[in-house]
Amino acid sequence: MAEIYDAVIIGGGHNGLTCAAYLARAGRKVLVLERRHILGGAAVSEQIFPGFTYTVCSYVVSLLRPEIIRDLELPRHGLQILPLDSAFVPMENGDHLALWSDPATTRTELQRHSRRDADAYPEFNQMMYKMGFAVKPILGMVPPNPLSPGVDDLRRLLELGRHAKGLDARTFQQLTKLMTMSATDFLDEWFESDVLKALTAINGIIGTMLGPRSPGTAYVMLHHFMGELDGAFTVWGFQKGGTGAVSNAIAGAARQHGAVLRCNAPVAQVIVRNGQAVGVALESGEEIRARTVVSGLDPRQTFLKLVDSRQLPAEFATAIGNFKYRGSSGKVNLALDGLPTFTSMPDRALLQGMIEICPSVDFVERAYDDAKYGEFSRRPFLDVLIPSTIDPTLAPPGKHVMSIFVQYAPYKLNGGWSAQQRDAFGDAVVNTLEEFAPGIKKLILHRQVLSPWDLEQDFGLAEGNIFHGELTLDQIFFLRPTAGWAKFRTPIRNYYQCGSGTHPGGGITGGPGRLAAMEILRSSK
Amino acid sequence: MPRPSPFYSRTAALCESHSWQEWSGFLSANMYELHHLREYYAIRTAAALIDISPLYKYLVHGRDALKLLNRVMTRDIARCAVGQVLYTPWCDEHGRIIDDGTVTQLAPGRYRVTAADPSLRWFEDNATGLQVQIDDISDSLAALALQGPLAGEILQQAAGPALAQLKYFRHASAAIAGMDVSITRTGYTGDLGYELFADPADAERLWDALMEAGQPRLLRAAGQLALDMVRIEAGLLLVAVDFISSKKTVFDVQKSTPYELGLGWTVMLEKGNFVGRAALAAERERGAAWATVGLDVQWDSLEQIYKRYGMPIHLPETAWGNAVPVYSDEVQIGRATSGTWSPLLKKYVVLARIQPQYAKPGTPVCMEATVEAQRHMTAARVTALPFYNPPHKRA
Ligand SMILES: Cc1cc2nc3c(=O)[nH]c(=O)nc-3n(C[C@H](O)[C@H](O)[C@H](O)COP(=O)(O)OP(=O)(O)OC[C@H]3O[C@@H](n4cnc5c(N)ncnc54)[C@H](O)[C@@H]3O)c2cc1C
Repeated sequence: MAEIYDAVIIGGGHNGLTCAAYLARAGRKVLVLERRHILGGAAVSEQIFPGFTYTVCSYVVSLLRPEIIRDLELPRHGLQILPLDSAFVPMENGDHLALWSDPATTRTELQRHSRRDADAYPEFNQMMYKMGFAVKPILGMVPPNPLSPGVDDLRRLLELGRHAKGLDARTFQQLTKLMTMSATDFLDEWFESDVLKALTAINGIIGTMLGPRSPGTAYVMLHHFMGELDGAFTVWGFQKGGTGAVSNAIAGAARQHGAVLRCNAPVAQVIVRNGQAVGVALESGEEIRARTVVSGLDPRQTFLKLVDSRQLPAEFATAIGNFKYRGSSGKVNLALDGLPTFTSMPDRALLQGMIEICPSVDFVERAYDDAKYGEFSRRPFLDVLIPSTIDPTLAPPGKHVMSIFVQYAPYKLNGGWSAQQRDAFGDAVVNTLEEFAPGIKKLILHRQVLSPWDLEQDFGLAEGNIFHGELTLDQIFFLRPTAGWAKFRTPIRNYYQCGSGTHPGGGITGGPGRLAAMEILRSSK
Repeated sequence: MPRPSPFYSRTAALCESHSWQEWSGFLSANMYELHHLREYYAIRTAAALIDISPLYKYLVHGRDALKLLNRVMTRDIARCAVGQVLYTPWCDEHGRIIDDGTVTQLAPGRYRVTAADPSLRWFEDNATGLQVQIDDISDSLAALALQGPLAGEILQQAAGPALAQLKYFRHASAAIAGMDVSITRTGYTGDLGYELFADPADAERLWDALMEAGQPRLLRAAGQLALDMVRIEAGLLLVAVDFISSKKTVFDVQKSTPYELGLGWTVMLEKGNFVGRAALAAERERGAAWATVGLDVQWDSLEQIYKRYGMPIHLPETAWGNAVPVYSDEVQIGRATSGTWSPLLKKYVVLARIQPQYAKPGTPVCMEATVEAQRHMTAARVTALPFYNPPHKRA
């Protein structure tokens, strides 16, 4: 007689692993089934080119919930986050903008661009910090269901109300603005320097099919501002070994608590009997029984692929069908023979921080224009990091790896994605880089290009959306993935969801995994 | 006026912060950049170069060298083979710690001793009647610590692949860029690391050679602030902070014994007579009055305290080293002596000296925490030391 697991988790992404670790820690017998040969999902490090470790998809960490780091003792399992100290933007006129973690240096630099902005910048950060502090408790909370509230929901709504009431009028007003405005409109109220606005606004477009002038992007900006390391907000860091090492740390904790983690085990279907999940069937035909089945995949796969949609209430199936993905980003990883030279970079130390190809708001908005009409950006916005300059173990001595997050690359490309289109897209990225860092092309030893189509094929991300669905206002909190089903449950009994398509959403947060585990443990008490 | 160390021309050029402290009469960099965090991460994830020239160094040789060392030190120096290094404290006749350091047997009967404080007189006083020569070589040896997980790789690059064979707490002589260097696999970081001793005339060239070899592995200079954080993570006590040398105070209550400081393992009562042996034997019999432990400050508890002020937790960015009361059930049971936020472990880690009945790992205790100038008690858990002990330290 085959074993019966307390919980089978589909997908070994960092959220599935987090959920597994929490369940195993509570004494549950847990099995994780991962389709690929390697754990981590979109948080994965691989040596695609020998000797060079790419942080294949995600590259920076800061949204990872501190309570998870503590509960699972992740540093013991290899979590090591190195701070990133600077952001550098080369401009088209040969000038640049460089922000440093040291406020005085940043101030001096900003004064070159605008003395007014130099004053406004710390105030802006303080305001965003305050907003982050105001919204932060929501991230650690299971969303209440305002549609048909139970006792618990009422308690949570009350808590939320109390929390909102505690905010002063000005904070509340700023919060409302953030919730509704475009990143650029919001920033216009603060700054006059265009390049500073461009740099700040990119936090509002990452992972969305929106431009810096699209309403709603101000909120996404806040989402990225909520990164919290060591109790200090907005500190982004790089995990030693790439983000795969974050997944491995969580996997280490899960294993230590007794969870079984299986790779090369794609799940074909959730087995449902009498409206109740009882196990899963693998693509190999193997069947595994479980008291609880948890999906760490995005809502489309969770509901429309792994189960027969006839098992779902029609209204629900429609809502899930309407959930927006609209993948808009791609990723290029390079192995380099040496460090590139950015024409306008005043200090080589800036190579160790973020390098942002967003010389102006117009540049980024134009990149979006291409995508709006089904083309990838000819001159895309690039979020560049050379991780080997802070973690020398990623490449042989003297050589480097470069991680380039690219926007925009629409999933629905005119004529569809093909190998040629992927190459052309890779060329557009490298050519744009070459404009600001002449000679970089000659340094390239190997290039990996991931279009949104590849992200869907290789990593199972629907339409290549990096967050398992856009983080727009209509798709967050108790609306994620859809009204009435934000509490990690599904219309099928004993079938739960724990991926980024649930609250508090995408990014390496572990939030969905942890909160889902807590709901599962609570309901099976 | 503090003196420049033999590496001063190099450290001064790098010291953007202009932040220095005095260390045994020398200028020692607190941090090189405006913030010490990158130096901290260099020690823990890549490698760092630290000027440790201000350490006191002695050469002990002659027929009775071993006899003298075994008379002074608590460990059994007879066990220190040629090419080996031992860490050891030394005590006064009441078994209270004067200082600690390392003993290296460089050649048969030739030992190098390092110390935090001047020790020539103490060694000489104990050498009465022995045929032994003690040379104060403090000024004739420049010293550098090369510490961090990539330190081995960098050292091999600079001094040749044979250094790969150098084991934990062993010594080797090597040549770096044609200069003679004496290398021990030791350090004050709890990481993989080496200490290098060389002629002060070679100091600058040695620094340059190491920096060049380490450049592709992101070697950087690190100062005292980063070092103070890592040594707490490593559970290593600092004299004048976590304890006071028995020579630096006239009050017994301020003195400590090896047993009280968690250094009981270094006391070899069986080896024969040594300074402080009788007192230490009696103490072992009756049990130490204090135990040195780690405290893991409970984040949730601290968070609750800050919440009352509507604030998130705010911790000092550097290690602290002043006595803070520790309680159990509102009764004081000892003191915390130093602490730091550990960016690597994501924990607030503290070294403390408490009554031994509370020393079992896992015991819940409380530590005083001052928030907005108001005193509170935060929960903490007793933990075994070190907090951080990576396998590559000994591998
Ligand atoms: C290019 C890119 C860059 C990003 N950059 C950042 C960043 O810098 N910082 C940040 O915080 N976030 C970033 N993100 C977002 C972040 O990586 C994701 O939101 C997060 O990793 C998602 O984790 P997850 O566990 O929810 O889902 P996933 O990581 O998607 O995990 C789902 C897992 O399920 C597996 N799976 C799929 N189908 C099956 C099946 N049928 N059977 C079994 N297993 C299956 C998949 O292989 C995958 O391992 C980025 C994402 C991408 C794609």
